[in-house]
Parts: sequence; structure tokens; C-alpha cells
Amino acid sequence: MAQTLSTLAYLVASVLFILALRGLSNPETSRQGNLFGMVGMAIAIVATLLKPGMGAGGIVIVLAGLAIGGTIGTVLAQRIQMTSLPQLVAAFHSLVGMAAVFVAAAAFYSPESFGIGTVGNIKGASLVEMSLGLAIGAITFSGSVIAFAKLDGRMSGSPIIFKGQHMLNAALGALLLVLVIAFVITGSPVLFWLIALLSFALGFLLIIPIGGADMPVVVSMLNSYSGWAAAGIGFTIGNLLLIVTGALVGASGAILSYIMCKGMNRSIINVLLGGFGGDSGAAAGPGAGTADRAPVKAGSPEDAAYIMKNAQKIIIVPGYGMAVAQAQQVVREMADLLKKEGAEISYAIHPVAGRMPGHMNVLLAEANVPYDEVHELEEINAEFADADVAYVIGANDVTNPAAKTDKSSAIYGMPILDVERAKTVFFVKRGMASGYAGVENELFFRPNTMMLFGDAKKVTQQIVQSLQK
Amino acid sequence: MNPIDIANQAAARANEALTLAEQARRLAEAAAPVAAAAEPFLLLLTIFLLACFVGYHVVWNVTPALHSPLMGVTNAISSVIVVGAVLATGLSDSIAAKIFGFLAVTLASVNIFGGFMVTRRMLAMFKKKGS
Repeated sequence: MAQTLSTLAYLVASVLFILALRGLSNPETSRQGNLFGMVGMAIAIVATLLKPGMGAGGIVIVLAGLAIGGTIGTVLAQRIQMTSLPQLVAAFHSLVGMAAVFVAAAAFYSPESFGIGTVGNIKGASLVEMSLGLAIGAITFSGSVIAFAKLDGRMSGSPIIFKGQHMLNAALGALLLVLVIAFVITGSPVLFWLIALLSFALGFLLIIPIGGADMPVVVSMLNSYSGWAAAGIGFTIGNLLLIVTGALVGASGAILSYIMCKGMNRSIINVLLGGFGGDSGAAAGPGAGTADRAPVKAGSPEDAAYIMKNAQKIIIVPGYGMAVAQAQQVVREMADLLKKEGAEISYAIHPVAGRMPGHMNVLLAEANVPYDEVHELEEINAEFADADVAYVIGANDVTNPAAKTDKSSAIYGMPILDVERAKTVFFVKRGMASGYAGVENELFFRPNTMMLFGDAKKVTQQIVQSLQK
Repeated sequence: MNPIDIANQAAARANEALTLAEQARRLAEAAAPVAAAAEPFLLLLTIFLLACFVGYHVVWNVTPALHSPLMGVTNAISSVIVVGAVLATGLSDSIAAKIFGFLAVTLASVNIFGGFMVTRRMLAMFKKKGS
């Protein structure tokens, strides 16, 4: 295939990728969008394989890689449980990062293939772009590995902080810059691999201080990085498709990070500096002892079933606790029974509920909850005032009214769901422990709140049983 | 003025013109590599910035309910980096490039297939329910 034809094919693929993202503006068009993405990718790969000068041996190697990787990817995607989606996405990001490192290495050892010079004599500009792609790719890889370990529970979700951490990171960042400059001047392979190693270390150090609850931001940010890495490689090898796609993905991840940060009323810098949400974090503000508060009112699932049976309007507020307990299916069963009793059911989702953007929406969709019953914070917040029941299931910090009133609170200013305005609040929770932010939820002590202690799935099942009686 | 003088003057002018042309050629030659290096880069940079804008506008239109599938799709398409890996594997004679290319193709393929498949699974759940 002539050069112009392959460029044209890349252009078509870029447009298809844009259409793929565009399709996601509506659930109805989203499946078509995903299809556009697949077709775009197929065109890109086939057009590249048909380029003049492709050796038969090389094509066989590529097809072997596609077959092996494709099989692994397909099996993973089929087997993964929807509650484990954030881990899977983090793992996938790490693969893009590592692939970028390998492509940079391939370009370094075979610059002729990309027309950027000869071995040991690569153009300076290309070396700059190569080191960018390499460094971002390596940071994406090790950062995503840590994010995966934290999300998958292979590593504690609490932040790992030590003295001089930020100084160390800043120093390593400066060292990385020096290495890149030296690499561009000398083009030495030793420096190439030193940049890779240092970037791996940096990615690792950047993510360990970030707590479990901030993972939605981290996952979005690494998503963004994987795009910038692809764009960096695109500049290195002068490929239009990689640049366009990298920019699309980079912008997408950046926007998601911004939305997540706004959902927590925190700046991205604040999140990245980390240390937020330690398991051992000091609970409740100083002096705000629980002694002078009204006692917590605990109820039984039977009580809850009785009250909900007589309610007109019920809003269900799912959080990470629902995902952990795999309770989405039984929540929908409860909602179905309540609908039969004549209640109006809707779901309220906070932007940072769960461990990745949109996580709760996917889980509810998995449980066959119609998506027009599921609402975002801005849409539904005003409706709590005339709701009879708010059923909060494993969402703590995002419902804490202290965010509106208590200036000393760590979560002050964070937009929250106004569940306390409902006539009755049921709060399903394992125990009295505070949320990830380490802040006690004053909602528990409100007179209209009834705590339902226990595993989210079991409690909801018991409610379902009482409703069926 | 006799014709010989005119001819001589014409010859001198012609020589001057030739010198000027030669100078211009040298300047152009000196500038060429800079221009040649800058031009494709500027073109790529333009494309990159425009694509950032397109991405910005398209992604703000994505409904929040579909943010997880959005990550799935962007994750799959960022594996377009496989194109670089295929070029390295197919066009190069260097063993190192072939090995790195193969590894990159394999990793990126996990992502391409896994990313699109998992997104498809997610989106299948967002079908409008009949009931």
C-alpha cells in the first residue's frame, strides 16, 4: 500500500475514534460508538501491515503477538466481575505504558524504520520526543501497577508517607530532566535505560502516598498519561494517528480527573500530594466528642421494610460499600418490590462514588436498573426534600452534612447528596467506623436517621424477605 | 559607446547576478535543514493541538453515566500505539527492535481486545429495559 493510502487510512481511523467517543454522549448510540472504535483500530492495524517494505517474518511476529495478546485480553474481559472493573482498567493502563516503553526502545534500536536517523545518530528532536514518550510511558506503567495493587486489595489502600517524600520526588524529577538533556546530546543507550528506570521509580513514588478513596482521580489521571505517552511516541515516529488518538485520550483523562476533583472539592495538586484518607487518620474534630450527641438509633431490616412499604418516594444512594458487598442485584429486587407497593424509586449517584468514574452506573446497569431511574447529583439533589426515604447503602463521606457546615472538617466544601432532608434516612453500614476521609458522619446522630448495621447485601436481602411477607 | 563595451558591461552584470544567485543558493541551503526539521514538527504540533480541542469538546458531551465505558474505550484506543510496534517489527532488520516490537504488540493487543470487549459488556447492560 502506497504511503498516501496508509496516511488516508490513518485519517479514517482517527475520525472513527472521534466518533467512538462521540457515541458515548448517549446510551442509545454508545454501542455503535464502540463498534466505530473497533473498526478504526482494525483499519489502523491492517493499513500498517500492508505498508511497503513489511517483511514476511515481521508480519508473522506481529500476527503472533496479536493472537497471544488478543486471547489474553478477551478472556480477561469476559471473566472480570463488574465490581472489579477499576482494577482491570488500572491493569490495562499499565500495559499501554509498558507498550510505549517498548515502542520507544524499538525506535531507539531501529531508527531507520521510522526515518528518524541511523543507530547512534538519531536526530536531536526525535530524541527529545522519544524520551518524553519513554518517560511518560514508564511512569504510567509503574503508577498503574500501584493503583492496581491498591484497588485489588493486594496492597493497603492507606497512603504510604515518609519524611521528605515530596523533596525526594522533586529531586528525582530534576534528575530525570538532567538525564533527558544528557540523552538528547549523547544519544547513549545507557542513558535511555536510566531514564526508563528512573521513570519507573517516579511513577511508583508518585502513587504510593495517594489513598484508596482518591483512586477515581488516580485512575483518570493515569488514563490521561497513557494518552500523552501515545502522543509522545506519535511525535517520535512522526505518525499522525498516534498523535490524534493520544491527544483524544489525554484530554479525556484530564477532563475526568477534573470532574472527580471537583466532586471532592479538592485541587488535583492536593490529591497528588497525597496523604489523604489514612486508615488510622484522626477521626472526628477535636472536642467534638460523641458524649453530647443524641444516641445513634439502630433499626432492624423489618422496621425498614415496614417504613418503606408505606413510602411514596424513595431515593437509593449507592456507594463503594454496595460494590464491595456485591449488593446491586438485591437492591434492584428490593426496588422492584417497592414499586409494586406503589412507591416511586430513583437512584442518586455522587460523582466520586465508587473507585472509578461512573462505576456505580455500571453496577446498577448490570443489575438491570433502567438508566432513566439513575440520576447525577445536580439533577436529584433538590428532590431529597420531598422524599420519604433515603436508602444509603455504603456511601459515607458523600452524604456527610458536615461538608456543608463544619469548616474544620477535612471534607468541608465537598458537594454532597442532601440525604438528611428526606423524612427518614436508612444508613446501611457494617459498623460505626468513619469513611475514607477519616471523618465521622454526623448524619448518624440525626433524629431522622436509622442505622441498619450489617453487610449491605445481607441487610437488603432481609428487607426483601420482609417485603415479600 | 562601442558594442564591445556594452558586451563587457553586460558580462559584468551577468557575473554579478550569478554571484548573487550563488549567495542566495547558499543561504537557502543553510536554511533548508532548519525549515525541513521545523515544518513537519509544526504540522504535527498543529494536528496535536487541534485534536486536544476536539477531544475536549467531545468528552464534555459524554454523559456521566457512561464515564466507565469512556475509560474502557479510551484505554482501548490508546493502544493504537500498536501501530508503532508493528512498524518496528515489520520494517526493521534489527533483532532488538523485533523483540521489543513483539512485546509491545502483545501488550497492546491485550488492551485492544480487552478494552473493547469489556466496554461492549458494559454497554450491553445500558440497554433500555423493556419493562
